Amino acid sequence: MISDLFSATVIIGILASGIRLATPYLYAAIGETFGQRSGVLNLGVDGIMLMGAFSGFYLVFLTGNLWLGLLAAIIVGGLLGLATAFINVTLQADQGISGIGIFLFGLGMSDLLFQKLINNVETVSGFPPVHIPILSDLPVVGEIFFQQNIMVYGAYLMVPIAYFILNKTTLGLKIQAVGENPEAADSLGVSVSAVRYFTVTLGGVLSGVAGASLSIALLNVFQQNLTNGLGFIAVALVYFGGWRPTWVLFGSLLFSLVNALQVWVQVIGIPIPSDIAVMLPYVMTILVLIISAGRVRAPKALTKAYERSG
Amino acid sequence: MKKMLILNLVLVLSLILTGCAGLGGSKEDGKFRVAVVMPSAVNDLAFSQSMYEALQAIQAEMGEEKFEFVYSDNLFVVDDAASAIRDYASQGYNLVIAHGSQYGGTLEEIAPDFPETSFMWGTAGDTMGLANVFAYEAYSQEGGYVNGVMAAALSQSNVLGVVGPVEVGDAKLYVDGFIAGAKATKPDITVNVNYIGSFSDVALASEAAQTHADAGADVLTGTAQMVVGAIGVAKERGLAWFGTQANQTSLAPDIVVASQVYDWTVLLDEIIPLIKDGTYGGTAYAITLENGGLVIEYNDGYDLPADVKTMAEDTIKGIVDGSITVDVAQ
Repeated sequence: MISDLFSATVIIGILASGIRLATPYLYAAIGETFGQRSGVLNLGVDGIMLMGAFSGFYLVFLTGNLWLGLLAAIIVGGLLGLATAFINVTLQADQGISGIGIFLFGLGMSDLLFQKLINNVETVSGFPPVHIPILSDLPVVGEIFFQQNIMVYGAYLMVPIAYFILNKTTLGLKIQAVGENPEAADSLGVSVSAVRYFTVTLGGVLSGVAGASLSIALLNVFQQNLTNGLGFIAVALVYFGGWRPTWVLFGSLLFSLVNALQVWVQVIGIPIPSDIAVMLPYVMTILVLIISAGRVRAPKALTKAYERSG
Repeated sequence: MKKMLILNLVLVLSLILTGCAGLGGSKEDGKFRVAVVMPSAVNDLAFSQSMYEALQAIQAEMGEEKFEFVYSDNLFVVDDAASAIRDYASQGYNLVIAHGSQYGGTLEEIAPDFPETSFMWGTAGDTMGLANVFAYEAYSQEGGYVNGVMAAALSQSNVLGVVGPVEVGDAKLYVDGFIAGAKATKPDITVNVNYIGSFSDVALASEAAQTHADAGADVLTGTAQMVVGAIGVAKERGLAWFGTQANQTSLAPDIVVASQVYDWTVLLDEIIPLIKDGTYGGTAYAITLENGGLVIEYNDGYDLPADVKTMAEDTIKGIVDGSITVDVAQ
């Protein structure tokens, strides 16, 4: 039975599935990486995702225009990101708590709007899979990597872009400085608030897009609490990835691939109790965290609001 | 810390006040008042929606002057539900329905405090020895069996796929019934089952459906509100779908074959008169194919071959008259 796992269909299925599943985690976690590198923790990611998911879904439901839907998700995500920045940076709220507030707002508001405006489980025609010419015809590899949804490609594109911004640009340097030593950055003329406003709003935008990737691309439906806690896992993945985009990618993929694996394990009838199978992605993540503990270091100013003293 | 304490006190006070504001008068005006507490959304096209629609039907039957109901949904967390249940009971509702098997423990604490209020608890088979608690459950394995019979008959690849939520309660009963029905029709058929570990993880349900399709299934089924994800994939990949808990035809009118619909009015029609007569609990009920609480609703838009439909109807008759027993561990 376990040998069935090694057939081509299953391996291709697991890989394609894992790559797809990782999409919303990637968008949200990369967005959160920017914010956390600059020192701001946003636990409200899941709430922003839900608002982004609903906004995108509603626009597509009304107009049928996918890009309008995506734009709506970007704008709503951005606005909520801005609000988060205002609460955390200007009002200097306790970041662990304010995030939960934003999450609850997003959860409740998206459900309220859904009930008032649609109030029925509906589906839309979302972003379709895009077969990349030539590459998608490659045996095995083509099916796994090059026949995915357009928003899946977008998520993976975010990784090198984030890496480039954070590590190869002046902006990235400023973000890192603000996250490690805001006093020093401030003394050198870097506006700590401006950088943090930027990163947190950007995080909001990407969380909104993450939500839209579910409601108008991968699942094509909206339901109350569609994200089901995904945003919180995304925040955890930032820690897991040591605040580096490439490792966030690794973490998202690990989690999602093991999830895809446990589904296949159950489907082909390997006699593992379903409760144990479902635990696997989480257990795996914890194991890796234990192994890599001590090798990563958080941005020194993470969760600390900055106020110019003197 | 102090600020938080004051804030919490203010919040609690305002909640209590708004709760009291909802007090709808005494029982003497003849209106039968019902409050229901549910673990998922009223429009989940599954468990919670089935109870909501039943209460709406009763209201249409009895008229708005004689029957009123309120609901609190999305109370998956037992503590939140406990506050709601206690709140409703203290507001003088005739019947408080705890529509979720996880609410048992908390109901055991609350019910004795309100001997003049009747409670219903489902899905469950045990009234916990309390005089004011009715228990109710669904023998969803019966409809599962019928669906399984049809699915096996329709399947050409001889592989069926089941996307389950958590391996408990009526979800497990339905799945076990489905497998039994399928195997009774085609003993060699393969039924692949997976449980995603959640009632609401739509994304994982969608991937599970993709996996089943890749594994060769041409007919799928599943239960709980996350099935929306699975139905979407079935629609995309042209697989047939069998639904349960609610009529799921609207989600995919071309591929939904039939749904086992929960009709709780059958029970409410018995229980409400009992409460009016002064009996507040003590009996466990079930909706079954026999008492009409479970109904197989076919999708008229799906081209179901006549012989398969006959098989289904014969199976229903067999279950109702007892010649077919659906043997599943409770």
